[in-house]
Amino acid sequence: MPPPAKQPNVRVVTLNIDGRDLSAREDETIIEVCRENQIPIPSLCYLDGLSVWGACRLCLVELAGQGRLLAACSTRVAEGMQILTNTEKLQRYRRTIVELLFAERNHVCSVCVSNGHCELQYLAQKCGVDHVRVPYRQVAYPVDSSHEMFRLDHDRCILCTRCVRVCDEIEGAHTWDVMGRGSDCRVITDMAQPWGESDTCTSCGKCVQVCPTGALVKQGTSVGEMVKDQHFLPILARRRHAQ
Amino acid sequence: MSTPTKIKVATTWLDGCSGCHMSFLDMDERLIELVRQVDIVYSPLVDTKILPDDVDVGILEGSISSEDDLEKALAFRKHCKILVSLGDCAVNGNVPAMRNHFKLSDVVDRAYRDTVTTQPQIPTRGVPALLSVVKPIHGVVGVDVFVPGCPPSADAIWYVLSELIGGRIPDPSTVTRFGA
Repeated sequence: MPPPAKQPNVRVVTLNIDGRDLSAREDETIIEVCRENQIPIPSLCYLDGLSVWGACRLCLVELAGQGRLLAACSTRVAEGMQILTNTEKLQRYRRTIVELLFAERNHVCSVCVSNGHCELQYLAQKCGVDHVRVPYRQVAYPVDSSHEMFRLDHDRCILCTRCVRVCDEIEGAHTWDVMGRGSDCRVITDMAQPWGESDTCTSCGKCVQVCPTGALVKQGTSVGEMVKDQHFLPILARRRHAQ
Repeated sequence: MSTPTKIKVATTWLDGCSGCHMSFLDMDERLIELVRQVDIVYSPLVDTKILPDDVDVGILEGSISSEDDLEKALAFRKHCKILVSLGDCAVNGNVPAMRNHFKLSDVVDRAYRDTVTTQPQIPTRGVPALLSVVKPIHGVVGVDVFVPGCPPSADAIWYVLSELIGGRIPDPSTVTRFGA
């Protein structure tokens, strides 16, 4: 879904989120309205400035009159919506989603360069994941250190595709893409070549900064040293769309 | 004035680095407050060699990597009313579980054959056999309280113990996390 183009003369709708009456532009999504109003909604694939992907399902919310849950990132607001963002059911689902992410690959926080600066680690704590109730898959994933400035560790990747989108939409290089299905799914550079041999990568590092975990990091960082800086993204994205 | 009954606490370390026990000691002067309220009936920190039959709170550090770890975890579960997984190794396998990506025989060869220059041999006497898969404590026995962290801070351990002493079940997610 492309980022919503802001139109002039857009209507304002009123809606209710967690008992609060709010107004919003009708071209906004639920997650945007929540973020503007300091209503916390967890998300991993959604990032302000990138197109909407809707893959992580952490931002699911309940809408009165709807049997199914809706992803707050990919649902536009509408007049009269009554939304609940933090019910027991949602908490249970979110906790399970985070646990499954931890069980699938190898997020060993204590020896990760992103320890303390990781969105997955932060969300695990916020969602009350004090342990993982399913067995760990215990499968090793490859590490690509062929790029002279950056490193890719598939063990830490949660397939949010922020790297794919920022490279395509903001940098315009489209070095990154996704290959394979299920637990074999992984992000790739060019035609699944080593990152260091990529013809298209400009080494701008935007993918590294938007990566929520320790999957994409700067070479030479040690445990806990990889601090991400995402300030560039909303600035670049807004200027681009303003043109 | 009657002295309040002390609760009985047992601790041990399985496959870990003992750092969680060091963090326990980092409670510093609060340890004095603690001994007024608990009896450490079994622990690497005290002399007792046998786990008593009725323990109120059992604290396990480290993951389950060997037959000895497994026996101790089963014994703790059997004799402790409340079992606490202390630290990431106990909670999620952490660093010890990173060997799960390799065959056990390759791991042992790496440690005792490939990297030694004289008399390469695999120890069999006086050491417990390693299990093929390293598991967190709850992969083997039921656990009541999970305290993640590598290590959990002294403050986190103090909070957990204070709640348990007060007869409440703590929510350690408020004070610690994976990696900590």
